[in-house]
Amino acid sequence: MSELTELGLAEARDGLRAKKFSAREMTQAHIVSVAAARSLNAYLCETPEQALAMAAESDARLARGEARPLEGLPLAIKDLFCTENVPTTAGSRILEGFKPPYESTVTANLWRDGAVMLGKTNLDEFAMGSSNITSAYGQVENPWRRRGDNRPLVPGGSSGGSAAAVAARTALAATGTDTGGSIRQPASFCGIVGLKPTYGRCSRWGIVAFASSLDQAGPMTRSVRDAAVMLKSMSGHDPKDSTSAPVPVPDFEAALTGDIRGLKVGIPREYRIDGMPAEIEALWQRGIGWLKSAGAVPVEVSLKMTKYALPAYYIIAPAEASSNLARYDGVRFGLRVQGDSLDAMYEATRAQGFGAEVRRRILIGTYVLSAGYYDAYYLKAQRVRTLIARDFDEAFKSCDVLLTPTAPSAAFAIGEKSDDPIAMYLNDVFTVTVNLAGLPGISVPAGLSSDGLPLGLQVIGRAFDEETVLRAGEVIERAAQFTAKPQFIAGSA
Amino acid sequence: MALDKATVARIASLARIKVTEEEQTRLAGELSQILTWIEQLDEVETSGVEPMTSVAHMKMPMREDVVSDGNIRDKLLANAPQQARGFFAVPKVVE
Repeated sequence: MSELTELGLAEARDGLRAKKFSAREMTQAHIVSVAAARSLNAYLCETPEQALAMAAESDARLARGEARPLEGLPLAIKDLFCTENVPTTAGSRILEGFKPPYESTVTANLWRDGAVMLGKTNLDEFAMGSSNITSAYGQVENPWRRRGDNRPLVPGGSSGGSAAAVAARTALAATGTDTGGSIRQPASFCGIVGLKPTYGRCSRWGIVAFASSLDQAGPMTRSVRDAAVMLKSMSGHDPKDSTSAPVPVPDFEAALTGDIRGLKVGIPREYRIDGMPAEIEALWQRGIGWLKSAGAVPVEVSLKMTKYALPAYYIIAPAEASSNLARYDGVRFGLRVQGDSLDAMYEATRAQGFGAEVRRRILIGTYVLSAGYYDAYYLKAQRVRTLIARDFDEAFKSCDVLLTPTAPSAAFAIGEKSDDPIAMYLNDVFTVTVNLAGLPGISVPAGLSSDGLPLGLQVIGRAFDEETVLRAGEVIERAAQFTAKPQFIAGSA
Repeated sequence: MALDKATVARIASLARIKVTEEEQTRLAGELSQILTWIEQLDEVETSGVEPMTSVAHMKMPMREDVVSDGNIRDKLLANAPQQARGFFAVPKVVE
């Protein structure tokens, strides 16, 4: 462990500008950390040479006084973002060896702003999962352990590699993507901040598609301020993504005033679900108390359709996935398994290339879109989605943000829950509604479970109002004073 | 809804994923369980509700119909499992 890897993104930025250390020193310290944390399996590909070359350019810029917003700051990139000439697998065998001939817009924006790439992080295959156990390249270990229990835990998913990498101090921050909770749930499990922006805030161009009407990229960091800094660089209108919103990018960091006096905070009564641990309910109540002490006004609201969000999601997301994943046909890129005919080649390639969960979702998606079932399943789910979005519209008439737990549990052990797909799907019960409605949501570490694991609280906002979400998130962060660290920190053993 | 093996085989063929006899049985069970859970949506009254296809409240943006990219054949072919004379190559389709 080095002092440099303990810094936050914003602190490191300020330190580089004040010439307290160089970009090379900052990058070198992280390269050492990445290597020291290999037992976590958080990285699928390390890019130290590229990182040092980028750091050299940053040092030259810093010397000339021409620092860009993220100059010299080392980041990890979820392996769902296409990175030019750097292997991009989406956690799948079917993309083994694939080197994109282009760069995703979000990562291009980060490099344009001076960030340094450390490598690509592990994830559930095609971002389908809540535990990282569906990765074809092995599961990721959470750097946290339960008190008095040495069993390895899942980091959450799908952006579990990114969450573990940031928590273990191997990167200042990382990118994630969130289709049903894939940034916020692993952030909660690993004790870091994860922000899913409004649908359309960050371009989807060059991100391996899972469910295009739900997918959204966002930052995973160790503080709310860092999330604000990173989101600014990731965001912006992109003509290459037809759903990218042509709206200005605010200075998110400036929104962190700490002043939430009079802010109306909605507490959705349907989020009190059966079987939720009492300590999560207690944490939620503490969160309400913190916001109240800061001058906010809690109001009870109703999101009637909450119960139906996951079943609707498990029609819509697999339907879109079955269409998006049709491109993996063994012809233009990725794996090919020979067959006697073209169809036999397709079938063998896709049988071997996709893992069990991905195959299951493609089959569900194909079924709900097939003739005779389309209206009963797919159209029905889209109608329910309209009602879910209406619930939020209605709630936001009486409040400015919503406060909820991020996940119904802390991190679980590798192997627990994995035999029952529906039990696994329930991890996303508090996060998935936000994707269906296209809203911004942040998870902020707010406390520890009785066995010493991090728990997050979620703030949900109106579309394109990340500023209020960040402001309320930072107030929770200050009040929670979450200073606990994972048992595993790179290089400190 | 309970799916039988034959339905699983039909979907798998539509999705171009080879599924063995053994897997058909297992998948029929798993998919039936998921579909049964999904069918709680039937409790929701949705008549007259418009289906939501996108949360982006915007019109499809249009651009000039002009060539904006191209001349990158070799770049595009670089990841192909098999190529021949500047084309993607596939198993023989026409006898």
